[in-house]
Amino acid sequence: MSTEFMMIDNMPVEIEGEKNILAVIRKAGIDLPTFCYYSELSVYGACRMCVVEDKSGEIHASCSTPPKAGMEIRTNTPRLRKYRKMILELLLANHCRDCTTCEKNGKCKLQELAQRFGIKQVRFNNTAGEADLDTSSLAIVRDKSKCILCGDCVRMCEEVQNIGAIDFAHRGSKMCISAAFDEPINDTKCIGCGQCAAVCPTGAIVVKNDTAKLWKDLSDPGVKVVVQIAPAVRVGVGKELGLTEGENVMGKIVAALRRIGFDEIFDTTTGADLTVLEEAGEFLAKVQKGEKLPLFTSCCPAWVKYAELNHPELMGNISTCRSPMQMFGSVLKEHYSHSHKRVVVVAIMPCTAKKQEAARDEFKEDGVPYVDYVITTQELIQMIKEVGIVFSEIDPEAVDMPFGATSGAGVIFGVTGGVTEAVIRRISDDKSMPALRAIPFTGVRGLQGVKETSIDYNGREVRIAIVSGIKNADNLIKKMEHGEKSYDFVEVMACPGGCICGAGQPVTNSEGKKRRSAGLYETDRMSTIKRSEENPVIMALYGGLLKGKVHKLLHVHYHGKA
Amino acid sequence: MLLNRADIQEAREHYKTALGAQKKKILVCAGTGCVAGGSLEIHAELVRLIESKGIPCVVSLEKEPHDHSIGVKKSGCHGFCEMGPLVRIEPHGWLYIKVKLEDCADIIEQSIVGDNVVERLTYRKNEQNYPTQEEIPFYKKQTRLVLEHCGHIDATSVQEYLAIGGYKAFEKALFEMSPDEIVKVIEESNLRGRGGGGFPTGRKWSQVKRQNSEVKFIVCNGDEGDPGAFMDRSVMEGDPHRMLEGMMIAGIACGATYGYIYVRAEYPLAISRLEAAIAQNRALGLLGDNILGSGHSFDIQISKGAGAFVCGEGSALTTSIEGKRGMPRVKPPRTVEQGLYGKPTVLNNVETFANVPLIINRGAAWYKSIGPEKSPGTKAFALTGNIENTGLIEVPMGTTLREVIFDIGGGIRGGAGFKAVQIGGPSGGCLTQEHLDLPLDFDSLKKAGAMIGSGGLVVMDEHTCMVEVARFFMNFTQNESCGKCVPCREGTKRMLQILERIVAGQGEIEDLDLLLELADTISSTALCGLGKTAPLPVISTIKYFRDEYEAHVIEKRCPAKNCQKLKKIVIDPTLCRGCSKCSRGCPVEAISGKIKEPFVIDQAKCIKCGACIETCPFKAIRED
Repeated sequence: MSTEFMMIDNMPVEIEGEKNILAVIRKAGIDLPTFCYYSELSVYGACRMCVVEDKSGEIHASCSTPPKAGMEIRTNTPRLRKYRKMILELLLANHCRDCTTCEKNGKCKLQELAQRFGIKQVRFNNTAGEADLDTSSLAIVRDKSKCILCGDCVRMCEEVQNIGAIDFAHRGSKMCISAAFDEPINDTKCIGCGQCAAVCPTGAIVVKNDTAKLWKDLSDPGVKVVVQIAPAVRVGVGKELGLTEGENVMGKIVAALRRIGFDEIFDTTTGADLTVLEEAGEFLAKVQKGEKLPLFTSCCPAWVKYAELNHPELMGNISTCRSPMQMFGSVLKEHYSHSHKRVVVVAIMPCTAKKQEAARDEFKEDGVPYVDYVITTQELIQMIKEVGIVFSEIDPEAVDMPFGATSGAGVIFGVTGGVTEAVIRRISDDKSMPALRAIPFTGVRGLQGVKETSIDYNGREVRIAIVSGIKNADNLIKKMEHGEKSYDFVEVMACPGGCICGAGQPVTNSEGKKRRSAGLYETDRMSTIKRSEENPVIMALYGGLLKGKVHKLLHVHYHGKA
Repeated sequence: MLLNRADIQEAREHYKTALGAQKKKILVCAGTGCVAGGSLEIHAELVRLIESKGIPCVVSLEKEPHDHSIGVKKSGCHGFCEMGPLVRIEPHGWLYIKVKLEDCADIIEQSIVGDNVVERLTYRKNEQNYPTQEEIPFYKKQTRLVLEHCGHIDATSVQEYLAIGGYKAFEKALFEMSPDEIVKVIEESNLRGRGGGGFPTGRKWSQVKRQNSEVKFIVCNGDEGDPGAFMDRSVMEGDPHRMLEGMMIAGIACGATYGYIYVRAEYPLAISRLEAAIAQNRALGLLGDNILGSGHSFDIQISKGAGAFVCGEGSALTTSIEGKRGMPRVKPPRTVEQGLYGKPTVLNNVETFANVPLIINRGAAWYKSIGPEKSPGTKAFALTGNIENTGLIEVPMGTTLREVIFDIGGGIRGGAGFKAVQIGGPSGGCLTQEHLDLPLDFDSLKKAGAMIGSGGLVVMDEHTCMVEVARFFMNFTQNESCGKCVPCREGTKRMLQILERIVAGQGEIEDLDLLLELADTISSTALCGLGKTAPLPVISTIKYFRDEYEAHVIEKRCPAKNCQKLKKIVIDPTLCRGCSKCSRGCPVEAISGKIKEPFVIDQAKCIKCGACIETCPFKAIRED
């Protein structure tokens, strides 16, 4: 087939199978503004910012117009500029304009476009409502008054996560986004994955901020603040702190946390190593005993909650292993049980659902949680900025002892397929270096939502599926129910791409996600310990602290609704 | 049950004979307007009276016909709603207007037992009586094709529909024509969608026919939402089978086996008539599997809308049928490719489908001979507003506004001057005196900045404030906007706000430019037709009545003396004798003064209730 071109602002641009002219325009290097367009969601076409003009003067929304060879499109005419400014003005007229005190300040799309288009006055009276907060969830906070009704959250929740916790209600200028019967979001089937907040262009849905209590504990001399840092965090902070996207800056984070005043700093990778051993053990035991398979992973609390609410029949198939954060949290609480100070275990996570997980009754002893609370990568960045640490200048430091050693297997937990790869390393018979290097090529790596592979274990084929995004998980479950698919081991991560794309991370594009993933795999490549079982810290734990307490500290029985 | 072609032909003959055996017929209008006026009680009373006189009375053709019996029927809307309840006597064609329960005895005595017209119940205009319906000026200039059966047959009886040749077109399409031929006839007829867009129906059908899909749908849009419009309702209530027949033919032509009728729940009578008609057809075997032994199957289901105006938009309508929130979606894909449940869908409105049997029966050439060639046929209009004869009319496309308003509509009510006509529903434009000789067809109206829409005609007299008219329609569209796209949701809200300010005397001259800028943005960038056309009433009123807007914003005056907040009530000091009567009657104590000296009104306090004007014995108080 011959190459097809269209004209964009008098430049010929090749059409390469793009579904809409917006994609062609962006490929041509023009950042046409949008509020409601995400390539991974269905085309909604509501914000009308992406309008373009054809040669007859007709206006089209570029997000929903398919490209055609020979098409002549202009993206920047006086009319279009006027319309875009008017649309911005209309949105601003109905929007709280106290930007300086907004959680989204500096990251708000509306603010950014108002600046880009030089909106200096709004000719309509401000009809923004009072803040209308829903703080019922531990993961996110909604403020209807800041909503511009782009519907990104609705489509994310429904199309990618298969939840549909929120939808549009009412008509005309009274339209709003609401849970059914306007119930608090926590009373719905919301799983706290926070992906709605990740796509929200304004401050209408934000991640719940828990830094205030952390600051209070940090300044309390009677409190020992122990912190653990999840694998994905180290590749998520760089860009916002003046370095490159996806760069592993774990050492700098540790140094910054020490300056901020944390007493003990550890790596959740240690917890991940424990998870690998426990989960692999559980899996092999099931295989040997011929118990019901597949075994679903349990690292992702949003997935666990989804299964509880929607597939209670599968709860018996979900690994009894606590998530790495919870395993490590209980180990840390046990380790410091004799401290004369009140010990507060904080986890820095790429995840909003972890905030909910930490508060679950199953993860409390005598009402005291193993992990006291969770802050996200974004909150960490804010704290570093608040203290004024020049992150790019700070020298890296190592985490504290006695949990100073980690494995490459634990680090790759932060990306979809990582848990599976780590478990395969553990259970495969061939422990040689070439065998280890061959695992990445079995199909476990890559950011696609559904991956399948199989390995040989003692002459038995172990069929594995790796899914990220709850809709993908649900589709897979349906296929298993219908007998179309059958697996022995299924890894599920709620966020598409895994924890590196968690809603607690700074929002990035697909290129950024690839870089974060590469950053973790590079760390694994450089690590001297590749397998979890080779981590001396883990061996020491099994021989010491965990003796007789493995089940109590590392496993869980979820009882009912989260 | 009709099993084959011979069966239906035989049934038709049978019912025709039965209908012909009725010596006289009484057709009581059972359209919504007349029903509200008590026509169902009148029908019952007429039946009771006839039976009490021992005259054989037939209400259903299925009963054994008596020779010389009297048919008493509930007919569809006669259209002359202003004069309802209406009763027509056949074969004379007499039309009795504003009939009351107590008139029934007279009607039976004079016109049924005897053979005389009841003069006092006939229409009278300019000292002349018009006993025969067809002679009444309101009807004389009309060409009733789509509405031909409304008012002439029993709207609840498939037998009567068959008796007058019903389902002949369907039969012809089923047994004598190929799907290609049907589509070709519709294409050649130049029939254009009556829902407002005027899209060529034949082209739509051929696009759906071409789609390679096992499942296709025929959807009828009966979500008539324009304020003051009731054309489709009248067809659904008055001749439901005509519309079903059109849908059934579309099913054969496009290869669809299932149809939906989307009717607003506010049309209970239309829904019950349609439900009854569908049930009758299923019982007869005209709907279902292997219809008349042809091998073709088709069935129809009613889907009730909850009254959202935007659900009249194609993609919102199909989404609503699917049980989801009715919001228009981006196109492509178009409804003909992916409509209801993602399947190729023919979506036409009621009046369009009702035209189809006519075209199949009488041919494309005949159809094209009515009205202009590019938009042929007739169009039903609902006449409302300050017009003498409100009601439902049908005229050939290309008839001028003048003929519709003055000849058929009888001119402006109360003899006031004509000012404007709002056409095409809430998103239509306003046309003025200078457009009165404009032919009513799709293309001419578009050129004049208006649209034919679904056929609502709101006539306004000289006492109408055009700014207020624009505000009224903007209020409607703002309330009915689905809220999806920014220009429509936020833009119409701001336009409404500005208009509210202007009618309250708080407008500025800059507001007119801002209104036009908003209008331009909305009509160029909104997602769906509702949004794109929402600013039309404002654009057209500013274009033709800019002086009225300017009077509001510059002089703070409403030239039509319509806007409450701009009214000013003053006391003429030369006429006021200082009696204090007005002051004592003022509910807000806005009037003060010394006895025997002229009183004054405090404009800040005055609520313009006008009580003082009424009470003043010297006529010293007036509206300024």
